[in-house]
Amino acid sequence: MRIGYYPGCAITMGSSSEEYGTSVLRVAEAIGPELEEIHDWNCCGASSAHATNHKLSTALSVRNISLAEKYGFKEILAPCPMCSQRLIISQKDIADDEKLKKDVEDAIEMPCNGNVKILNYLELIKNYCMDEIAKKKKKAPRDLKIASYYGCLLVRPPKVLKFDDPENPKSMDEIIEAIGAIPVDWEFKTNCCGGGFTLSRTDVVLKLTNDILECAVDAGADAIAVACPMCHANLDMRQKKIEKEYNRKFDIPIVYISELIGLALDLGPISLGLNKHFVDTESVVNAFA
Amino acid sequence: MKIKITTKELKSDFAKEVEERSGIDVKKCYQCGKCTAGCPVAYEMDYMPNQIIRFVQIGAKREALTSRTIWLCASCITCTTRCPKEVKIAELMDVLREMSLEEGLANPLEKNITTFHQSFLNSVKKHGRISELWMLNEYKMKRPKTALQDLIVGPQMLSKGKLSFLPHDIKGKDAVKRIFEKCK
Ligand code: SF4
Ligand code: SF4
Repeated sequence: MRIGYYPGCAITMGSSSEEYGTSVLRVAEAIGPELEEIHDWNCCGASSAHATNHKLSTALSVRNISLAEKYGFKEILAPCPMCSQRLIISQKDIADDEKLKKDVEDAIEMPCNGNVKILNYLELIKNYCMDEIAKKKKKAPRDLKIASYYGCLLVRPPKVLKFDDPENPKSMDEIIEAIGAIPVDWEFKTNCCGGGFTLSRTDVVLKLTNDILECAVDAGADAIAVACPMCHANLDMRQKKIEKEYNRKFDIPIVYISELIGLALDLGPISLGLNKHFVDTESVVNAFA
Repeated sequence: MKIKITTKELKSDFAKEVEERSGIDVKKCYQCGKCTAGCPVAYEMDYMPNQIIRFVQIGAKREALTSRTIWLCASCITCTTRCPKEVKIAELMDVLREMSLEEGLANPLEKNITTFHQSFLNSVKKHGRISELWMLNEYKMKRPKTALQDLIVGPQMLSKGKLSFLPHDIKGKDAVKRIFEKCK
């Protein structure tokens, strides 16, 4: 099974969340499925495009879907949920609106049939990797309690994305169980972290992320698992600042679900990028010893 | 709360225009406030999300398009998910932002947010992808007052190899530029 890989800007090498991309690729090398990068993909425009120009946002996303079609991919993986959400919404928008479809095809100078299945990372793992994880896991963590944090973009809008439960999703918890860690029950699974306001309204991000960290720590989590580069940046890189602003020490590692799978497969913390985090991840790595 | 709405506004086609552009039937909203109750950024907004819908319903164009709310909306889509009348509020916010920019009505108090969007898109337009360092640079030049807070994060990102000095130019960057031209 050959799946098109759309990394998006945030998780490619030399970007703020490169360890997510690195660990996704390492895990895929170990247990499949085969990922093949979509040649010459472009940025989906993220919130800045959809917040200001719907046609532009749709065209930027659809160009990537058209490229995937051109190279014969039936399914593509977009590990960044901002990307997967934008791609799925754009594909639906052109399917629902003939005129928009024509305008977009004219802008990207390519046709788009719109029949590519776009997978987020949790979906990829659930659809293709659960058996392989069970077969090939080498290390089970000792008493590692994890709060799975989904954020907004994996589950909303539910009518369009049709993935998991928008209020109480379970897919990441199931993956956490499969690698032998303990998912904690907590309230903030799908609360917003402030996403793209990290530079423009840092104050909003600090408040929202403080609420999330508090809830996870109070629920007894040793670490928070994420599948989104924005969530990770806000909870990990900003954690020191949150602690200072709200006067509470958290010191809680924020790990990508792909890194956790990689640790269970014994792929080695450095090769997974666990040394790239701002909050030290040693306690998580050691739990797998 | 006191707002001034002229008869001209009340008789305007604003609601119709918004409905046509967004495909959202704002008349369905019965002002239950559930959208506002679950909105994570409501505490910072000048008008609550349900009030924005009300503005659209009654044709209060200026109030809606000059609000800080439309920019503070984080597009988390909690409101749309929970609305009992299936009003797509988050999607409506996108349309209002677009109209606000077109009419030059974007609230100057949220200039950080609009400038960020601009810098982000300029980087995509130039390179086809986001080059974080270049985007950051442009944003900082335009909003120097925000520079201090990021001095804390920037150097650490560099030391972890997380900010690339090279812009990620794609082969099809001219094609991307043409997308921008055609989608003005
Ligand atoms: S939740 Fe829906 S019906 Fe209720 S106030 Fe908001 S938009 Fe209107
Ligand atoms: S999408 Fe915007 S208005 Fe709706 S709940 Fe989220 S932040 Fe509030």
